Amino acid sequence: MLAAVLVMLVLALMLGLVLGYSAIRFKVEGDPLVGKIDAILPQTQCGQCGYPGCKPYATAIANGEADINQCPPGGEAGMRALADLLGVEPRPMNEEHGVSKPKSVAVIDENVCIGCTLCIQACPVDAILGAAKHMHTVIASECTGCELCVAPCPVDCIVMVPLQESVANWKWRYPVHTIKQVA
Amino acid sequence: MISRLLKLNGGVHPPEHKLESTSRGIAAVPLAQTLVLPLRQHVGNLPKILVQPGEHVLKGQQLAEAVGSISAAVHAPTSGVIVSIEDQLIPHPSGLPDVSITLKADGEDRWMERKPVDWRNTERLQLVAGLRESGIVGMGGAAFPTQIKLRPGGGSGIKTLIINGAECEPYITCDDVLMRERADEIVKGIVIANYILAPERIIVGIEDNKPEAVQAMREACAKSDVRMDVIVVPTLYPSGDARRLAAILTGIEVPSDKRSSDAGLQVFNVATMMALYRYLELGETVVSRIVTVTGNVARPGNFEVPLGTPMGTLLEAAGGTLPNTNELIMGGPMMGFSLPSNDVPVIKATNCIIAGAPLLFPAPPPALACIRCARCAEACPVSLQPQELYWFAKSQNLEKAREYNLFDCIECGCCSYVCPSNIPLVQYYRFAKSEIIAQDKAKEAANLARERNEFRLSRIEREKQERAAKHAQRAAGAKAENAGDTSDADEAKKVAIAAAMERAKAQKEEAPPKNTDNISETAQAEIAAIDARRAEQKNAEQEN
Repeated sequence: MLAAVLVMLVLALMLGLVLGYSAIRFKVEGDPLVGKIDAILPQTQCGQCGYPGCKPYATAIANGEADINQCPPGGEAGMRALADLLGVEPRPMNEEHGVSKPKSVAVIDENVCIGCTLCIQACPVDAILGAAKHMHTVIASECTGCELCVAPCPVDCIVMVPLQESVANWKWRYPVHTIKQVA
Repeated sequence: MISRLLKLNGGVHPPEHKLESTSRGIAAVPLAQTLVLPLRQHVGNLPKILVQPGEHVLKGQQLAEAVGSISAAVHAPTSGVIVSIEDQLIPHPSGLPDVSITLKADGEDRWMERKPVDWRNTERLQLVAGLRESGIVGMGGAAFPTQIKLRPGGGSGIKTLIINGAECEPYITCDDVLMRERADEIVKGIVIANYILAPERIIVGIEDNKPEAVQAMREACAKSDVRMDVIVVPTLYPSGDARRLAAILTGIEVPSDKRSSDAGLQVFNVATMMALYRYLELGETVVSRIVTVTGNVARPGNFEVPLGTPMGTLLEAAGGTLPNTNELIMGGPMMGFSLPSNDVPVIKATNCIIAGAPLLFPAPPPALACIRCARCAEACPVSLQPQELYWFAKSQNLEKAREYNLFDCIECGCCSYVCPSNIPLVQYYRFAKSEIIAQDKAKEAANLARERNEFRLSRIEREKQERAAKHAQRAAGAKAENAGDTSDADEAKKVAIAAAMERAKAQKEEAPPKNTDNISETAQAEIAAIDARRAEQKNAEQEN
């Protein structure tokens, strides 16, 4: 009887030491859930979700402050991926935060641009190039299509152009079966 | 030479239909008036255009140069004038237009100065570097830039050089007739590849349905100083796939995440070898290729076609299409795709054009449900589980499809061919593959955006701190002045004020020159006279 109790006690002590040691030794910095959520978000940094970027939104979701259906660029697929990750039911997209649009890039009309640098300050990914009183231009390959540069422009010279399908980005279609009409 | 061949897993025996186009030799095609040269004729980066509309170019002249490591140059297939550089329909399954150079032939077909290379006395690396300008790509249809595969890198590590003359797909006979008629040129090309790669062994693999080609290649090989073995492999689709053929001939299965060269193998198509010979020994860049024209045409055959020739011209050379032709297929019936129009040009990857008709290729009956018979798994030459991949692709469970090695699929179409339910399996795999590739690209872009956003935030934070530090410093300075207890600061200030006053004084003394200082004597005299008049006038006024 006593021996059994002792054995259990010693075991508990040893395991407790191992657990305590590993809790310190293998401590995970930050919240890994935020990183996982952030990896699913499209990184457009558009702020349509109501948070100042994808990471803050991810943090808010992880803390249970925000819903998973507030990211229009991620769309239905992104929402489903988040639902999968968090183990919650998928729900319809919240239209208050905007609707999903095809991916676009910003284009500056260089004849109209006055070089005010307001768009450069607005761009969350430093994709606009230019200097004060000099023409600005968008680095198309870096542009996330967040539209944040459109509003600040005092001369309305920025337009969002949807990406066209080309030979380079063309995809094979889902095979469609033709259904025979039966009278 | 006795060599035991590995038996290919799976594979199918579709009707060959090769006799129709082998009865005639390689014929020429009348030169088209206008040639369209898409920049995208190979795997890799788009080349950079070197010419402008209105420029006159000679046959073989480089029109666009290779950009980056994986890319190939584009050359003028005949002499003429560049008409335009714009988007035109290209032979691509998308049916979308892409950047192309349009050349109007002047009818002279005049070559530029051809500069053969003395390859026997040239450094190998230099030789391979020079191939960037040759425009040579894999002529079997894959169109991978050849200079990458020939990169020797000191000891190339290539033990076996395999020359692919298998040509397993039905209808296609361009390599067959090439071997029959131009075996000598192919062998000369192999000799050059042998010099560059220095392999231990060279094998030419040809399927047993091409006895004439085997005969011709054996004779040509016998004449060469370099030893090469012509090995006949049993006819079975798709043994012409580079890795399948390598496995059959050497017994080495290249792991899917490795290149053939990592396993000491390198595989080249016979036409690629001929192109190599022509470039180095004759100085001719890639301006034409052999194309099989067959199917529902009056006189099926093989033609040497200048690149950029419209398909329509090619079909006319084959006697025109017969009635009921309803589509044009580029490539073979197993792996080819429908062309969007008769006007698209012949490119480096065009090995075969089949005029399709309902009788030749009846529309597939509607697909039925999968009955899990696993015939597709038996037919799969790369030992995948096509039925599983089908489920995953159909339900768009893409990660799972990737896990089941979707990317090892060579899209040969054996599974679709044997499917008793007529399910278009390959289409599903193609869809899943391109969807996964697009998702990966989006992920990469998102990672880049995240990185840039984080950098921007940290930069803004840093600037803020720097500003704050500066403010703090200034505030500390102002406080010190107000307190006036540090004589050091006062002293420094006094010295600074004194220095500033000194500077102002010096500046005053060094007064800027008047605009009257450096002028000619006559002008000075004039000014003096005017001043005198003014003084007189003043005097007069005062007197009055």
